[in-house]
Amino acid sequence: MNFPKGKLITIMGLSGCGKTTLMRLIGGALKPVKGYIKVDGQITNDLSQDDLYAMRRKMGMLFQFGALFTDMSVYDNVAFQMREHTDLPEELIHDLVLMKLNAVGLRGTHNLMPSELSGGMARRVALARTVALDPMLIMYDEPFAGLDPISLTVVGDLVRRLNDALGATSIIVTHDVQESLKIVDYVYFMANGVIVAEGTPDEIRASEKDFVHQFVHGEMDGPVPFHYPGGGYRQDLNLQAV
Amino acid sequence: MERTGIDLWVGIFVVAGVAALVMLAMKVGNLGTYNVSDAYKIHAYFTNVGGLKATASIKSAGVLVGRVDSITLDTQRYEAKVVMSIDKRYQFSKDTIGKILTSGLLGEQYIGLDVGGDTEMLKNGEQLKKTQSAMVLEDLIGKFMYSKAEEPAK
Amino acid sequence: MPAAKAIRGIGHSTINAVWRIGVATRFFFLTLMYSGSSFRRFHLIIKELFSTGVMSLIIIIVAGMFVGMVLGLQGYETLKRYGSESALGVMVALGLVRELGPVVAALLFASRAGSAMTAEIGLMKATEQISAMEMMAVHPIARIVAPRFWAGIISMPLLAAMFSAVGVFGGYFVGVVQIGVDEGSFWSQMQAAVDFQHDILNGVIKSFVFGTAVTVIALFEGYDAPPTAEGVSGATTRTVVTSSLAILMLDFILTAMMFGGS
Repeated sequence: MNFPKGKLITIMGLSGCGKTTLMRLIGGALKPVKGYIKVDGQITNDLSQDDLYAMRRKMGMLFQFGALFTDMSVYDNVAFQMREHTDLPEELIHDLVLMKLNAVGLRGTHNLMPSELSGGMARRVALARTVALDPMLIMYDEPFAGLDPISLTVVGDLVRRLNDALGATSIIVTHDVQESLKIVDYVYFMANGVIVAEGTPDEIRASEKDFVHQFVHGEMDGPVPFHYPGGGYRQDLNLQAV
Repeated sequence: MERTGIDLWVGIFVVAGVAALVMLAMKVGNLGTYNVSDAYKIHAYFTNVGGLKATASIKSAGVLVGRVDSITLDTQRYEAKVVMSIDKRYQFSKDTIGKILTSGLLGEQYIGLDVGGDTEMLKNGEQLKKTQSAMVLEDLIGKFMYSKAEEPAK
Repeated sequence: MPAAKAIRGIGHSTINAVWRIGVATRFFFLTLMYSGSSFRRFHLIIKELFSTGVMSLIIIIVAGMFVGMVLGLQGYETLKRYGSESALGVMVALGLVRELGPVVAALLFASRAGSAMTAEIGLMKATEQISAMEMMAVHPIARIVAPRFWAGIISMPLLAAMFSAVGVFGGYFVGVVQIGVDEGSFWSQMQAAVDFQHDILNGVIKSFVFGTAVTVIALFEGYDAPPTAEGVSGATTRTVVTSSLAILMLDFILTAMMFGGS
């Protein structure tokens, strides 16, 4: 699997097929049992703790529900990485934070606490925080989960625009087919931990593969069965042939 | 909450905590009543120290003048050697008598100093010549029994 | 084979317990290792001092007051029988400074601040805040755990001292103001009997040890909690239970070391 620079790539698949695991592997939170992961020319598997942390500064990750720090204000959340990793003066941080918040359209919220934000707004603040240090690789873990249609479009649009503005590489893990097909450059399909299909959004829409077809069009039965594999129905109910 | 508000409260908290410690040390404990730095040491031998402990108080005319430093058994004389630290402000004559006394019937034991008439004063490292040991209840009862037994029966 | 099963159960839980102690010890040393950065940015510790120390103030002061007053009443009742009511001050002060101050303050601290720490960190974990921090290349032990650890260690002896000080006044209020024990002998006997090094310093050492134990347990349980609602609530309960038992056990060991045999 390859994630070229400057592109917006999505990884799709069923729940539990290993998408989040893949992200953790890229971020270096997990180590692969076999194979390797290479980010910006460095193999993450055998980086030391310090090198790994240095590498993570070039990455941003947006978590499923934003994962804003609940004990800090919106402003402090966005400023967090700047304060931790740089020695920028507070006035400069102030300007940068407001610029980032402006980019997601939430400059007016900087005094609020995360608990006072709606789900969609929290996601956008988290997005601002993720790109605070202009990372070269941004990962999104289910950025569209649990959003209303308007927030969904807003977040989708922001993801695309931020990626182009920063010239970064973005990886989106999602199962929201329609929204992601609208914005991405390339799609990978995963099932049971392996890639089963890949292609541009148009290719995917036109795909004749059973699995992809079922997934994109949300059909109930197909290669992914409705029933979890189990014993015979009659047996489970203790019915006996008379 | 505002950062300055937090700073203020934490400041109050730390000051109150340290004040409580100081109050415990000075008002409840003995740190306020006695200062080790300005003291000179004298020692004395007692045939029996009873329940006297290190850090017990030394009083003269009821005023605290020092503390017991250590109590050891001198194997040359088979007597208890008691080293005392006395506040420099108080000088005692060479013939001062040291007595082991008890505050109240069941209270702590302490050393009482009765000043004599000598014009020379005790210096650091010198010895109290005259001492009176602790009263041991068993001995007292024993003496009382003897004296009773010696009385002619009526 | 029920017997074999029971023995296997014992073995299993023993291995688990030892394993957890090992992980907790490693966690403790990691915390110490990453403490440097929290001292360089002291305002993080100050923020935590507010939520552990200042927020525990009221409960500590009220509890200290009442414990001191009860000691005054009970002590008077007992001492009266031997005609030594004047030793009431000694009894109240020694009881508080040596035992009740450090122990009760630590128990209250565990249930007030310790449980809050566990719940807070557990929730941060459940909402992926800790993973998010890690992905931002900020070590969560350095940023979240270490400041709380030091705040706990700093505030515990201070809280215990306040507890004892307020308690002595509680005893004074009941003994001297209400019952009418002689004020002079109350204070002077207390001062004669309470030794700074032997009693007060040892009490401070105790509260320092308890503070370390409670914060390490609370932080570890929070950091180790399964990232679910049940996981966090279970961890919070375990914090209070484990740290209370740890306090009482450590208290026995410390008391035996400090006061036993002399």
